[in-house]
Amino acid sequence: MAMKPRTFRRHFRESFKNMRRNGWMTFAAVSAVTVTLLLTGVFLVIMLNLNKIGTDIENDVEVRVHVKLTASESDRERLKKQIESLPEIESISFSSKEEELQNLIKDMGSDFSLFEQNNPLYDVFIVKTARPQDTPEVARKIEQIEYTEKAVYGEEKVENLFNFMKTARNVGIVLVAGLLFTAMFLISNTIKITIFARRKEIEIMKLVGATNGFIRWPFLLEGLWIGMLGSIVPIAAIAAGYYYTEQAIAARLSSHFIEFIGFLPLVLPVTVLLLVIAVFIGIWGSFISVRRFMNV
Amino acid sequence: MIEMQGVTKKYPNGVTALSGIDVTIKQGEFVYIVGPSGAGKSTFIKLIYREEKPTDGQVVVGGINTANLKQRSVPTLRRQVGVVFQDFKLLPLLNVYENVAFALEVIEEEPKVIRKRVMEVLDLVGLKHKARMLPTELSGGEQQRVAIARSIVNNPKVVIADEPTGNLDPDTSWDIMSLFETINERGTTIVMATHNKEIVNTIRRRVIAIENGRIARDEQRGDYGYEA
Repeated sequence: MAMKPRTFRRHFRESFKNMRRNGWMTFAAVSAVTVTLLLTGVFLVIMLNLNKIGTDIENDVEVRVHVKLTASESDRERLKKQIESLPEIESISFSSKEEELQNLIKDMGSDFSLFEQNNPLYDVFIVKTARPQDTPEVARKIEQIEYTEKAVYGEEKVENLFNFMKTARNVGIVLVAGLLFTAMFLISNTIKITIFARRKEIEIMKLVGATNGFIRWPFLLEGLWIGMLGSIVPIAAIAAGYYYTEQAIAARLSSHFIEFIGFLPLVLPVTVLLLVIAVFIGIWGSFISVRRFMNV
Repeated sequence: MIEMQGVTKKYPNGVTALSGIDVTIKQGEFVYIVGPSGAGKSTFIKLIYREEKPTDGQVVVGGINTANLKQRSVPTLRRQVGVVFQDFKLLPLLNVYENVAFALEVIEEEPKVIRKRVMEVLDLVGLKHKARMLPTELSGGEQQRVAIARSIVNNPKVVIADEPTGNLDPDTSWDIMSLFETINERGTTIVMATHNKEIVNTIRRRVIAIENGRIARDEQRGDYGYEA
């Protein structure tokens, strides 16, 4: 059933009037949204950055395939073909033992140029998988192939990292869900109190034949405004806080190859997300609270 | 207008408020519901505006069967039934005019019609000059007049009144009663639960006496029949 524009304007006016009439309750509800969103937001920012750093490290994981010294050039080609045929592979590149030695000398110092006389290193295929988690499996498969001396990927470190990231993500999801749940509970309770104060009004509306939708609308709009008002402070605080933190910390960490998410790429989605959450819990809180007083 | 057939009402706590009620009230009738406290008068009244559903039997009001009425259709019924209570049930923050207009606003009536209708009924109940006052600034009788004005402002076919004079002094009660008579003369059915012996015995109308959940007596131009 389409709502008349006049009726919608009435609901609009009513929602503001009600917020003014119940000033302290409105303030309490807005504060509840503010506090919980601030907690959720800060936590979200930390989680997103940890996740980014973890993913960066994961993406650096590669399998180094040592080619047997006895392999001829065509053997090596065959090995390469076989590795490429594995479905998990994203890229493969070749690094001869001479190149390997040059890299070593560059990283470790010219002491290692001794080995130029008698190079002890292997020719190496550097293999990356599409999903970092497939690395151990792929390494195991490659080791089965002929002419592979060894396939190494820093076993223990990598698996520890993967396990840590998996746990961290799960814990993060549970914590965010818990925070959001608490927020909803708190807000719906606050709104419930404001609606409880108006149950007589609802009762009379029902007695004179107002439809449930008609009764509900001003409350839903009120929830919407409360959510929006409550999200202002957290969004501003997180944007400002992240702006300064990112500048201060990023400079110090960049030498360790750790990069934070940039200001806009982080703050924009977080702002949208917090706003959506705020509006959703505001409306949802109103909805379930008003429903309780509806069956008069 | 109102038809009950084999109506039984049991509450979840096990109390049987009404059992085997058969009654027909025609359009334009004026009916008193009398009986001792706790006999089922209020339940009878509540069945009519579908505050309660019958456990068994049929309640048909203005062609609508309340027993199997969907929750979302209840407003349709309520718009045909005006209700007046002992405690007036006015909204304290709205003035007299707004309290009456409220009943039309919630059914999305045109603003022009609202203004016209509200002033008409306020004139009828004699409170046109107090339209801008708050309920707390009025006497009990005046508040009840506002409640009555609200109950009839959307031209319902029937007005249900639950002890409308219960909180009022005798003189004021007579004023309220003559208001109900006026409304009845205009063709609106009135169903009134009351304990007021004086009124029932003076303004003689149909009397339905309910005792222990059954109709003990149903007389045209009956009397109150109980010691007050």
